[in-house]
Amino acid sequence: MQPKDFGFGEDEKLLRDSARKFLEDALPIDKLRTLVAPDHVEAYESDTQPVYYDESIWKQIVELGWTTLAVPEEAGGAGMKMVAVASLAEEAGRAALPSPLISTLVSTCVLREAKSDGASAALGRIAAGEAATMAMTNATGSWEADDTDVVAEGAGDGVKLSGTACFVQDARKASFFVVAARGDAGVGLYCVDADAPGVEILPDQIVDLTRDQARVRFDGVAVGADAVAATAGSGADAIRAATPAMLVIIAADLCGAAEWQLQTTAEYARVRTQFDHPLGFFQAVKHPIVNMMIDIDRARSLVYGAACDIDTGEGNPQLSARMAKSAAADAAAFACGRSVQLHGGIGFTWECDLHIYFKRQKHNQALYGDAIYQRAKIGELL
Amino acid sequence: MAKKDTPEQAEFREYCRNWLKDNKPGPPPSRLPELAIEVSDEAHREYLCAWQKKCYEAGLVACDYPSEYGGGGHQGFQRIASQELSRAGTPFLINVIGLGMAAPTILHHGTEEQKRQYLKPLFSADEIWCQGFSEPGAGSDLASAQTSAVRDGDNWILNGHKVWTSLATFAKWMILLARHSKEDKYKGLTYFIAPIEGAKGVTVRPLIKITGGTGFNEVLFEDVVISDDMRLDEVGKGWTVAMTTLTHERGAAEGAGGGGGGGVDDRIESLIALAKKTPRGSGTAWDDPVIRDRIVQIAIRAAGLRQTARRGRVEGLIDHPMRLPLQGKVVMTELMQDAAAIGLEIEGAAGSLYVRDDNAPDEGEWPLSYLNSYGMTIAAGTSEIQRNILGERVLGMAKSK
Ligand SMILES: Cc1cc2nc3c(=O)[nH]c(=O)nc-3n(C[C@H](O)[C@H](O)[C@H](O)COP(=O)(O)OP(=O)(O)OC[C@H]3O[C@@H](n4cnc5c(N)ncnc54)[C@H](O)[C@@H]3O)c2cc1C
Repeated sequence: MQPKDFGFGEDEKLLRDSARKFLEDALPIDKLRTLVAPDHVEAYESDTQPVYYDESIWKQIVELGWTTLAVPEEAGGAGMKMVAVASLAEEAGRAALPSPLISTLVSTCVLREAKSDGASAALGRIAAGEAATMAMTNATGSWEADDTDVVAEGAGDGVKLSGTACFVQDARKASFFVVAARGDAGVGLYCVDADAPGVEILPDQIVDLTRDQARVRFDGVAVGADAVAATAGSGADAIRAATPAMLVIIAADLCGAAEWQLQTTAEYARVRTQFDHPLGFFQAVKHPIVNMMIDIDRARSLVYGAACDIDTGEGNPQLSARMAKSAAADAAAFACGRSVQLHGGIGFTWECDLHIYFKRQKHNQALYGDAIYQRAKIGELL
Repeated sequence: MAKKDTPEQAEFREYCRNWLKDNKPGPPPSRLPELAIEVSDEAHREYLCAWQKKCYEAGLVACDYPSEYGGGGHQGFQRIASQELSRAGTPFLINVIGLGMAAPTILHHGTEEQKRQYLKPLFSADEIWCQGFSEPGAGSDLASAQTSAVRDGDNWILNGHKVWTSLATFAKWMILLARHSKEDKYKGLTYFIAPIEGAKGVTVRPLIKITGGTGFNEVLFEDVVISDDMRLDEVGKGWTVAMTTLTHERGAAEGAGGGGGGGVDDRIESLIALAKKTPRGSGTAWDDPVIRDRIVQIAIRAAGLRQTARRGRVEGLIDHPMRLPLQGKVVMTELMQDAAAIGLEIEGAAGSLYVRDDNAPDEGEWPLSYLNSYGMTIAAGTSEIQRNILGERVLGMAKSK
């Protein structure tokens, strides 16, 4: 029997409330704007796109233990439930937090499924405060667990990695990569330091201002036996097993950001007047805003349902997490469109904060598979 | 379409086609923005002004305006020239606000002197125009404009703040809606032509769009003195004159929604091309029935738009004179928005890559178009306001304001 409350009890609520409070204080909207959108030319026309994030906030986040949440207790972490992780991701989304938090949580979930000494060691590094990110996506942006373009060749006890991983999230904030690479026996997972010899980070020029993304090239990078998180053949399984958790995290981020879009737009509709009425007086404004809310609530419920499936091992997380991601991506798409549209001209400007969220949402909609992709997968499961 | 041309029109069409074949301009100095109203680069301005001038001199611009004001003096030729320009995929005409809004307003409400002074350089793009309607507090509710015009002998003194003013950085003139009296919301408005470039007391500040690009501006008037002969129509007639402008704005926005080089049909072709070259599973995105269905839905809407434009000229098939014309703007801009959204969906992860990224498919066009598409559904009367107008004027439903 699943818990009626999704397993979201006092501890989880405490964590969530303190996370919200922390982010409200550390990263109020004015600070976010000056942090990630200081200058449009610098953001989009620099030869190398800047990395916009506040390292001191990240350090505090590490001190608060958010990155250890999903790390099992055996590996030195807090071993908290997925519902707790989801609520944290939701707060990160609400704040449009630029940080390697989401990437680190995602990597943690994958490493947790790898169940090896190498994986435990990597989890230990995360528990000790290091940021990690997955390097697993190929040049076409395939979200299939075994579609990596990186190749692992046997070399002594370890391997040598060659090839390029694309769409690596927060690549310039992570201290190590969890690299999916194909060997003769299938895909394995290998931990590689960002500054290891033979690793080259080629930053992308992306739309989203709240993260960085890169192609990471591995040129015969030597990986010792102690850094093998999953041996050839077992890596793709670990990614597949962790997929529900990854999707829950991104879906929660989408929901949190969509809630910000909802509240910001509702507030605008309460205060902006045209034709002697607040905008919300007009049903063409009121109803879409209410529809934003209905979509978000559906998605949010699905997120906690899926997180609870993962926590309890009951139900079908592969199914419920994909439903959550699909619903959250659609809710976010709608929230993006309506938030800008219903702000009118000001919503179309750089100085208005909406675009920061809009762009983060677009990024997260696609990340690990958009709504259409998830529904195709669900179709296969039904 | 060609079938309905009169012999003169057919001949003119042939002329346009040949001229465009022989006079296709060279490539722009760098990638042009999607729409004329976004032009903010000096080199683009020069290139585009030269192109419009050339088209004007060849008789492809202002074909239907009286010749005494610099027009071609024809009837029913502009539609043909515009169709051929769009078919040729040549760059857009930069003076869109001038051609689409200022010129018809001046023709309708201007004095003989005003028509003689302003129209010709407008057609030739020697003088760029912008539109000063919106203000921070007056957007959809345009009639609440507060920019003041105070009479001072033979002059007027302007003070106020206009926002979202496209093309103001290049503009010589602005069509301006201002308030001469606070007594009546509508009758307190008067319409002017205001000098922008080099004018004393006028400040133009670029605003940055969500795309990260410039394109529109805010314009501040501080004790700007203009003479009474820059007033368009009578004092207190501002709202009526503005209605003339807005009627044409919708048409202009509809045309502008197509962007440079062909518009909707091009957009669908590029969507299909994108789907065919984007790997998905073991094939391409085009093999995915869901994606294909979305693209085909867009293609059907586009075909509908085309046939609607055609039907709009067949009297026997029109039930209400404003029913089709008033739909144009909202239908076109929402179509372009949805098409761009599908482009992003097709791209998946690669949709994260923006215009400066060498690996971005189609040079980052899809995220850029999608962001920009909101400009089109907001500008020139938002989609919500367009629907209000349709519901009220065409379907006779109660006014919501
Ligand atoms: C790219 C771009 C270019 C532009 N260029 C120019 C220009 O050159 N010159 C110029 O003068 N202006 C220009 N504009 C301004 C444009 O006309 C206004 O932005 C538009 O009219 C909306 O006004 P607003 O921004 O004040 O939004 P608001 O009027 O505050 O509207 C906010 C939201 O409320 C909705 N709303 C308002 N009233 C109602 C109602 N009664 N019923 C239902 N919904 C309602 C609107 O649809 C919108 O979604 C431009 C705008 C953009 C985005």
